[in-house]
Amino acid sequence: MKILTFFSLFSTFLSANSINVEENAGQFFSSGHTNNWAVLVCTSRFWFNYRHVANTLSVYRSVKRLGIPDSHIVLMLADDMACNHRNPKPATVFSHKNMELNVYGDDVEVDYRGYEVTVENFLRVLTGRLPPSTPRSKRLLSDDRSNILIYLTGHGGNGFLKFQDSEEISNVELADAFEQMWQKRRYNELLFIIDTCQGASMYERFYSPNLMALASSQVGEDSLSHQPDLAIGVHLMDRYTFYLLEFLEDIHPASKANMKDLFKVCPKSQCVSTPGHRTDLFLRDPGSALITDFFGSVRKVEITMETINLTDLIKEAEQNPMNEKPQKVTYSYVDQLPVSEIIHQKPKQKDWHPPDGFILGLWTLILLVFFKTYGIKHLKHIF
Amino acid sequence: MLIKASLLIQSKRRRGQLAALSIAAVVIMVGVPLWWRTTETYRAWLPVSQINELANMQLQLSADVEVVFARGTVTPEQQKKVPLTQTQDEEHTVDENTALRYRYEIRYRTATIMEEDALDQPTAAEADLSLHTLSESPCGSLVVYVIPESSSLLPEDMDVYIGQRRTALLRIGAQMRVGRTVEQLLAHLEPRIKQVLQVMSFSHTDITAALSDRVRLSPGNKESIADSMRAFKSSPGYEITFSLLNPDPKSHRLHWDIEGAVQTYIQPLLTKLAPVANFSLDSQTLYYAMLGVNPRFDSSSSAYTLNSDSLAHVINPVEARLGSNAASSNPVLNFLLYVPDAHHSPLYIHDNKKQEVPSNAFHSPRWGGIMVYNVNGFYRPEAVLPVDININMAKVMGVFLAQLRLLLGVQSSTAPPGFLMAPCGSTGLADWELDRLMWSRSVENVATATTTITSLAQLLDQIGNIVINDNIAEQVSSAVTSLQLAVAELEAGNLGFALQYSKEAIMASERAFFDPSLLHLLYFPDDQKFAIYIPLFLPMCVPILLSLLKIVSEARQKRREKQAKKD
Repeated sequence: MKILTFFSLFSTFLSANSINVEENAGQFFSSGHTNNWAVLVCTSRFWFNYRHVANTLSVYRSVKRLGIPDSHIVLMLADDMACNHRNPKPATVFSHKNMELNVYGDDVEVDYRGYEVTVENFLRVLTGRLPPSTPRSKRLLSDDRSNILIYLTGHGGNGFLKFQDSEEISNVELADAFEQMWQKRRYNELLFIIDTCQGASMYERFYSPNLMALASSQVGEDSLSHQPDLAIGVHLMDRYTFYLLEFLEDIHPASKANMKDLFKVCPKSQCVSTPGHRTDLFLRDPGSALITDFFGSVRKVEITMETINLTDLIKEAEQNPMNEKPQKVTYSYVDQLPVSEIIHQKPKQKDWHPPDGFILGLWTLILLVFFKTYGIKHLKHIF
Repeated sequence: MLIKASLLIQSKRRRGQLAALSIAAVVIMVGVPLWWRTTETYRAWLPVSQINELANMQLQLSADVEVVFARGTVTPEQQKKVPLTQTQDEEHTVDENTALRYRYEIRYRTATIMEEDALDQPTAAEADLSLHTLSESPCGSLVVYVIPESSSLLPEDMDVYIGQRRTALLRIGAQMRVGRTVEQLLAHLEPRIKQVLQVMSFSHTDITAALSDRVRLSPGNKESIADSMRAFKSSPGYEITFSLLNPDPKSHRLHWDIEGAVQTYIQPLLTKLAPVANFSLDSQTLYYAMLGVNPRFDSSSSAYTLNSDSLAHVINPVEARLGSNAASSNPVLNFLLYVPDAHHSPLYIHDNKKQEVPSNAFHSPRWGGIMVYNVNGFYRPEAVLPVDININMAKVMGVFLAQLRLLLGVQSSTAPPGFLMAPCGSTGLADWELDRLMWSRSVENVATATTTITSLAQLLDQIGNIVINDNIAEQVSSAVTSLQLAVAELEAGNLGFALQYSKEAIMASERAFFDPSLLHLLYFPDDQKFAIYIPLFLPMCVPILLSLLKIVSEARQKRREKQAKKD
């Protein structure tokens, strides 16, 4: 009898153990991605939009802390707040008042800065249509097993997001860009977060599969900023991203929190606006998608079971014949400044203008015609 | 007076009507075409009909197999009928746009005297070697030698030996010799030959996995998903970086002859894979690079251990320091050799059953591999630090070569029961493994290029105001031509040419799709279009329209007057 109970306990223990192994294997396959990318964009310039840069930098900080390396992050900041003339503490961007948390730090790699942050460049990064001279750090080199996090912040409205105070991107263009990414299988799953006024309008038009979207406010609502810092003089963060940052600070690379927890961030009582989300295009259940699937970079590993038995010996490299010295190629810098032009002050070729007498002659002709037609007696009104 | 006045009025009216009519004529016949021409975007012609034909993909893969009967496998009556050729077709429909057909051309013949001598060797490996010296099979074809049951080349429980080149040895069953016709013999052999073909050429699962870009298949068994996630996608080039991580330069001064090791061990494999892709190699040494995880001390083996759960967190802190070649966008394979510091030596990796891993290495899908190399055995504890250590590159490269094979998609799937595989030789790649890779790469390239071209054509069709330059049209046309050639070569069974054309197709299609000029920023909703054109054209059109209407109403009035006059 005792043996029977012992045996049954043992067998349940074994089966529980095997289920655990199966579960781990299941985790491997449930997400289907092997690498992570992040595209973080701040679209507004000017000192009073400090909070948008702070938003983007705090998401950047969380994403880096959870493991995504700089080579897999495309950070676009439309203005330089850290070195702005009005920043009382240069080289810092704070996210909490009383200067508690400096999100700028000393390890920030901005890929697109200042006026390079345009709608065109953003769409080029997403669709991959960059000129061949673009360096690797400015490209989104994702493949069909990449999970991408896209975070946009700035000023927006119903169906558009303003870039740089002069242009805008519409939700239709964004949806088309995502569709082109899907056609070329440039992502496995994509998480889109937007923190602007009426942010939910930006994800209304999505139609490609495997997209999940979160916005800080619904259509018709404004996203509000969080707290001003009296020393710096501007609002430091937006509410939604502030509470998102607080939520992410509790996540560590091995955490099992899932997307449903992310949807609960910043309820109406804290945010004043109503955050929205869209999951109908996402094929998995959001409860099974981990936060670290998008914000972190947990690698899948496999143990290498086989090796190859190599028996050849390394051959010695051939000696160069002594009389043939390797030719030294001398490099020189290209002229950085056109110094000769500045010094000699030769007049530069200007654009062609019509000769000066031409304008005078034209006006004389017009006046003559006028007087011929209407009579010379009007001349006294002119001279 | 009155008549003169009315005539004058009439002539004036006539002149006015003529003016209005001529202005309207000029606007319509000159203005409208001019406006149309100057606001249309330049769109070069694309071969849309051919693209639509390609979208409906019917691929045929042909493989040539030669089945050679050795002495003792066929009776003299059967031998008379034996030189014959059979063609077998297998059709699969993957989805509504994709259909596959596998054609096997099997030629049966008897062995020559030289082949019989070669098969008389004591072991299968030697027989394989001497058979290879006799004839070289072209890319994509196979030779299967059927040996009698009494042959001692294969051990008892194994029926098939797969060699390093493109040959296989198949042992015939005992009861198949006496009193059977050729048809029965062939029917008996057929399932075994099919199995050999599936291992050495292409199997349906491989080909459908290669089509994953085109067809989103529901996940099959876990192994196939892991395989498809692990190997890099087909790309025209890869970069391989070897890094030596030395966290403790104060204790260990490490020397590795990476150049020699790469030349001797890795370069032969890469040269053999040259038809598939270009490879560029570099190496680096990183000092003070720690693993991100603290290993635990295991008192039972008095060594430090890393268990399998913590392995996943090792890669990220290191990757930030690895760097890559900024000039190209090719995928990068990183191979890291980590020598643990003196305080944490020796360091062993444990799998999830808490067993030590013999290779002491692990790899990450689509990223690369890491091997831990313990050096504490090379010096005595009282030696003067730092000690000079020469790393045994043969052992290290053995592991890296195995990882490289896995990451490049040279599948080492488990062999079916009764199959004995030869070890893969000094280059690290058997010829038939190369053939397998070439089959799946060709199909993958063809599928990807087709999807790219069709989606590009669809995109350009949908968005009416993207400019299509001539160079894009040229790339698209050349991609279409290469695709058609690749499909034709696959049908004919010329694997080398098929792979080459498929690579050209994929490069041309990617260049066309990712051309920087194809950016549509010209999204104009209809209300914006109206808002732009109305202030320009409406003020001009209103007088013209009104005068035309006036002309029409006057003409009608005149006709009515004429009618009244008649009555």
